[in-house]
Amino acid sequence: MDVQLLQDSWWPMWRDAILGTIPLALISFALGLVLALGVALLRLSSRRLLSGIGRVYVSIIRGTPLLVQLFVIFYGLPTIGVTIDPWPSAVVAFSLNVGGYAAEVIRAAILSVPTGQWEAGYVVGMSHARTLRRIILPQAARVSVPPLSNTFISLVKDSSLASLILVTELFRKAQEIAASTTEFLLIYAEAAVIYWIICTVLSFGQDRIEKKLEQYV
Amino acid sequence: MSEPLMSARGIHKSFGDNHVLRGVDLDVRPGQVVALIGPSGSGKTTMLRSLNGLEMPDAGTLAFDGGPEIDFSRPVPAAQRFAARDRSAMVFQHHNLFPHKTVLQNVTEGPVQVRKVPRAEAEARATDLLARVGLAEKRDAYPRELSGGQQQRVGIVRALALQPDLLLFDEPTSALDPELVGEVLHVMKSLADEGWTMVVVTHELQFAREVADEVLFLDGGVVAERGAPAQLFTHPREERTKQFLHRILRPLD
Repeated sequence: MDVQLLQDSWWPMWRDAILGTIPLALISFALGLVLALGVALLRLSSRRLLSGIGRVYVSIIRGTPLLVQLFVIFYGLPTIGVTIDPWPSAVVAFSLNVGGYAAEVIRAAILSVPTGQWEAGYVVGMSHARTLRRIILPQAARVSVPPLSNTFISLVKDSSLASLILVTELFRKAQEIAASTTEFLLIYAEAAVIYWIICTVLSFGQDRIEKKLEQYV
Repeated sequence: MSEPLMSARGIHKSFGDNHVLRGVDLDVRPGQVVALIGPSGSGKTTMLRSLNGLEMPDAGTLAFDGGPEIDFSRPVPAAQRFAARDRSAMVFQHHNLFPHKTVLQNVTEGPVQVRKVPRAEAEARATDLLARVGLAEKRDAYPRELSGGQQQRVGIVRALALQPDLLLFDEPTSALDPELVGEVLHVMKSLADEGWTMVVVTHELQFAREVADEVLFLDGGVVAERGAPAQLFTHPREERTKQFLHRILRPLD
């Protein structure tokens, strides 16, 4: 094993993980969650048109590969005059993707809150929107932490796909080093270890948040 | 006899093919306690929930003194629905406390968020009310840390904190362990003694007999019999009232 190469590549890869992979995942996840809440509310709407829009959106996102979504945005849109840089392209694609998957999680979480909680909100004088915000969503948030954490961890790993649209992140750095040194096994295994460390830390964080939220219910 | 505080006329409600209410009238005068009794499925809970818009009746009218008459056979404007709902407060069978909020926050949520009462004032009033039902020291506890009877007393305080004209109780003791029923009934009796206007759906016939001013016996979606408790419980006129009372009071016969 080439220990020197391992040492030389370790920090450059971490650097692109910290400057590329992690912020890409964080920003996309945050935007995706906002979108997901909106889509979940569309799907829960009693107006058929609105719930239909939500359902079609979720269906498209979940029924097509993330890599294809990335390529449509980065390589496809320029042919109709919409050119987006690699980084924002990746953010758009990942946010839309999270928006589809997390919408289903949030919808299920909202439905899991007993009807009596809605009624109690109405009885103390709250409107539908205020009951949703102050009574239902805080309880739904607790239920959705485990599945949403899984969505986030998946996103961290899936962000490696952004290397295919030229985004500087961990896996792209690994590809560059591997190509120039031809030490494919060593470098890709090293990249795998870094992803694994990040995801393990995230799992610990997930446990702690869940324990904290358990206090209330 | 004073003017009714609330007057419901000809309330009809169906769930699909199930015609649950078939024209129920209910007047409640200020300070009066009305008990709704009857077998399960008789429509008494649906009737109660029609009074604050948790159920929207298919037909009939509802009016509070000084307010407009709501006609349920036409689409009801949201403003009218909210105005009617604000006149009353409900205590649920399964308390429906907010699990993510403390006892104090449960009680102040409505006053602070909806009625815009300053927080300090709402908390002072909530603390007083909690002390009155013997729960002063539980104000910072979460609902799950309380017994069923304590939870239901908080449910009552949450309703009182809204300062409603009318208190609605939906079988407030039927989900409780038997030994916890008394503490809740005591609180309700003291409210009646203080002059609160109450409509109570209940299976506690002794409570209805001692506390109610008027008892309505519902059966099959209609008021089969109504009267003062002394009359209705001791000399029921209707055969089905007799049978119902017999089943409840002497279940082993």
